Amino acid sequence: MNAILNDLYSVLPEMFVLLMAMTILLLDLFIKPANRIVIFILAQVTLLGAAFLTTSTMTGSVGYAFNNMFVDDPLADVLKLMLYLSTSMVLIYSRSYITLRGMFRGEFYALILFALLGMMLMVSGQHFLTLYMGLELLSLSLYALVALDRDNPRATEAAMKYFVLGALASGMLLYGMSMMYGATGSLNISEVANALLSGAQDHPVLILGLVFIVAGLAFKLGAVPFQMWVPDVYEGSPTAITLFIGSVTKLAAFAFMMRILVQGLYVLAIDWQGMLVIMAVMSIAIGNITAIAQTNLKRMFAYSTISHVGFLLFGFMSVSINGYASAMFYIVSYVLMTLSGFGVMLLLSRKGFEAENLNDLKGLNQRSPWFAFLMLITMFSMAGVPPTLGFYAKFTVLQAALQAGYIWIVVFAVLMAVIGAFYYLRIVKLMYFDEPVDHSPIINYPEMNMVLSVNALGLLALGIMPQRLMDICAYAIGHSLQ
Amino acid sequence: MDSHTLSLSIWVPILAGVLVLCTGDDKNAKMARWLALVGAIAGFLVTLPLYTGFDYADGGFQFQEGFAWIPAFNINYHLGADGIAVPLILLTSFTTIIVVIAAWEVIQKRVAQYMASFLIMSGIMIGVFSALDAILYYVFWEAMLIPMFLVIGIWGGPNRVYATIKFFLYTLLGSLLMLVAFIYLYHQSNSFELVDYYQMQLPMNVQILIFLAFFMAFAVKVPMWPVHTWLPDAHVEAPTGGSVVLAAIALKLGGYSFLRFAMPIAPDAAQYLSGFMITLSLIAVVYIALVALVQKDMKKLIAYSSISHMGFVTLGFFIFNPLGMDGAIVQMISHGFISSAMFLSVGVLYDRMHSRQIADYGGVVNTMPVFTAFAVLFAMANAGLPGTSGFVGEFMVILATIQVNFWWAVLASTTLIFGAAYTLWMVKRVYFGDIANSHVAELKDINAREFLILAVLAFMVLAMGLYPAPVTEMTHATVSQLLEHMAHTKLPGI
Repeated sequence: MNAILNDLYSVLPEMFVLLMAMTILLLDLFIKPANRIVIFILAQVTLLGAAFLTTSTMTGSVGYAFNNMFVDDPLADVLKLMLYLSTSMVLIYSRSYITLRGMFRGEFYALILFALLGMMLMVSGQHFLTLYMGLELLSLSLYALVALDRDNPRATEAAMKYFVLGALASGMLLYGMSMMYGATGSLNISEVANALLSGAQDHPVLILGLVFIVAGLAFKLGAVPFQMWVPDVYEGSPTAITLFIGSVTKLAAFAFMMRILVQGLYVLAIDWQGMLVIMAVMSIAIGNITAIAQTNLKRMFAYSTISHVGFLLFGFMSVSINGYASAMFYIVSYVLMTLSGFGVMLLLSRKGFEAENLNDLKGLNQRSPWFAFLMLITMFSMAGVPPTLGFYAKFTVLQAALQAGYIWIVVFAVLMAVIGAFYYLRIVKLMYFDEPVDHSPIINYPEMNMVLSVNALGLLALGIMPQRLMDICAYAIGHSLQ
Repeated sequence: MDSHTLSLSIWVPILAGVLVLCTGDDKNAKMARWLALVGAIAGFLVTLPLYTGFDYADGGFQFQEGFAWIPAFNINYHLGADGIAVPLILLTSFTTIIVVIAAWEVIQKRVAQYMASFLIMSGIMIGVFSALDAILYYVFWEAMLIPMFLVIGIWGGPNRVYATIKFFLYTLLGSLLMLVAFIYLYHQSNSFELVDYYQMQLPMNVQILIFLAFFMAFAVKVPMWPVHTWLPDAHVEAPTGGSVVLAAIALKLGGYSFLRFAMPIAPDAAQYLSGFMITLSLIAVVYIALVALVQKDMKKLIAYSSISHMGFVTLGFFIFNPLGMDGAIVQMISHGFISSAMFLSVGVLYDRMHSRQIADYGGVVNTMPVFTAFAVLFAMANAGLPGTSGFVGEFMVILATIQVNFWWAVLASTTLIFGAAYTLWMVKRVYFGDIANSHVAELKDINAREFLILAVLAFMVLAMGLYPAPVTEMTHATVSQLLEHMAHTKLPGI
């Protein structure tokens, strides 16, 4: 009895989110459309409550539950808190957008919360099945979210593409996991790791399984050569959903890699390291070069994401605590930058008008100097120019890669970063140097303006004082890996 | 560790800039201007203790202050200035006042943003000159690009977008390689402190790679031939203030950084590659001077002349001789005044005629006699006339070069001919002769504001030309210490 209570105690936040998601789904049936704001508030309360539960059950040490299928360690706690924060920001940023497009319904919030639950499982999974279930819960919610605007053919096409390719990737992942099971006799992450330590397995089987797992992970992350879906899904999805896919889910993907590659298969590090090096270099090159040719802002952000994923992989391929902490710092910074970048795009969209082309940003400095300034900070941060957070993100992963001895790869990456700087600069150019073509006023909910300002200024503030965030990441990684 | 002079020098102009930004749009332009002037003057005043409190006998870093900034990577907020940095810091804060006054009526759109950019840039550049921690230095070095990018892009000429993006990307490329070098040094020494880097022993091949990484960053900034091509574009398109800051200070960041990083950290590589560096410098001096000769655009001509003069600076550095190095530093300061003055003169004409083409002018002296007097003085200084500051630095460098290699000195001396040729030929075509067209006939002479800034600069040019001792005395101890440091090899095991 006591053991069950202990188990349930570890998953309090998950249970709470699940409960609230179902409540919202039910409540939506009985609520008048005019009062839907209640749902929005309820969703925010859910996130706040989950954050409260996570902080109050935080122990600072590693604890297992449900026969070691679930883990509650500092890495999971920190990432969950980041998940709540970024999801909450997504909800705030997207409210006016979805209201204007008739998507302000209970399903939106319920699906986002289910997706969040899936990500929480991915973050805390200590067993291939838990991880896989979390991933599927996330993916299925996302497919539905992309298609939520069901009369929009582009969104439907994107959802279809996402679903087919996503299912394929899940299949690959599952196949890889089954190989691992065949070789080690367990699906539990720590048991797999221990079994691998003995070195008694058939190496080719392990490598075959590893290749499938890495391919599945790379697909979910959007690393080259598994990046094809990223631009299409980014472009086709309603911008509010793109914001969610582009930012929050990357935190879960990071955790997924940490759990599987670093905790489970670290004995095979020498093998996956090489694969990651190739994917990282190709992602940075293809992401940055292709982004230059884009005229659609969402596609440009998609390729920019691909290049950021490349930099993220730098942290992993270093195979060191320093490297993982850097990768975590990178992903957190990336999420904050993406939120504020898409936030400005959502801000500029109105009823019947999608701000998604580069030219929609023209002359923003004359329409609204403040939002132009926020976007300016975001763009320089994405380009990695100090004094912004993005610089330290690049700095930490590059130093980790240099420490691991990848000097020429790092030199190559910085050359590509210069190419990348060009398309971020182009946005600054459009906002500051060009005359506006669109003079409509920018109207939005005040809470969005406020949160967006804090978000973008935070990129600057964290760029001047990055120490706290670095400490948190180092703490989360250092206290979770044995 | 108790002085706050340098922190004040950095943050007073930056805060003033943020305040100016808060005045909002052009309805409050007047307030923005006055606030900017007060900020610039305050920014200058807080740098004065660097001059009054300077210890001439001490060649090391003075006015040091610091605290741990990012302990995770052992990064410190560590400031300090030596005899090379102090004159450049003073030059920066001084130039900022000039730029603010020069823009007074000229800039009419988005005044607050313009003024704020220059104030913030001033603080950032002082930060570059005084940072003693590699990452702190790098942050300032890169951060400077953002305001400059906006200044050229918003208030620049017709081809401004091309010029400003070229400027940004060129500089970024070089500096990212420098960052890689810094991180490499960090992993070797577990420190980003400059002073620790000075003591590190490094094998030759590592030194050469580090030197080349620094070279990429600094040579672009100086700029040295053949990575100079961004400068004429940026200068031509930038508004007058942007050109002044670029020429007077931004180029010095590169020269200064050679002395602060490349040479003391990799001294053996610097010696080994000195022939290469001197060759590039001489090409800049001779070839770029010839390029300047054929320019039709006044700003372009001055831009090429800047590159040619900066060739003297790098030449002075890499002959490893105290006289040459002192001369190079004097040349940097003097070029700061002269090029500012030259660009401001072109600005005066451009504001009236909206043309920078030499062919559009002729006989300006007839309608603008006072202005022409100043312009000719600055042109003479640019050509290196004895008695002006332009002569001192060039002369010292040539003297020092003769001691090393006669033929290099001969090549370097050609600048006295070519420099005079392109400058005086421009003066002849623009200012003298008959009135060329009706536009020139309608020109009005300079007003009190323009008179003030040109007179102050004229005073500085003459004062430094007649009595350069204040600068050389300040640099001397530091230069001897630097050369002393570089005379010892850092190769391990020797």
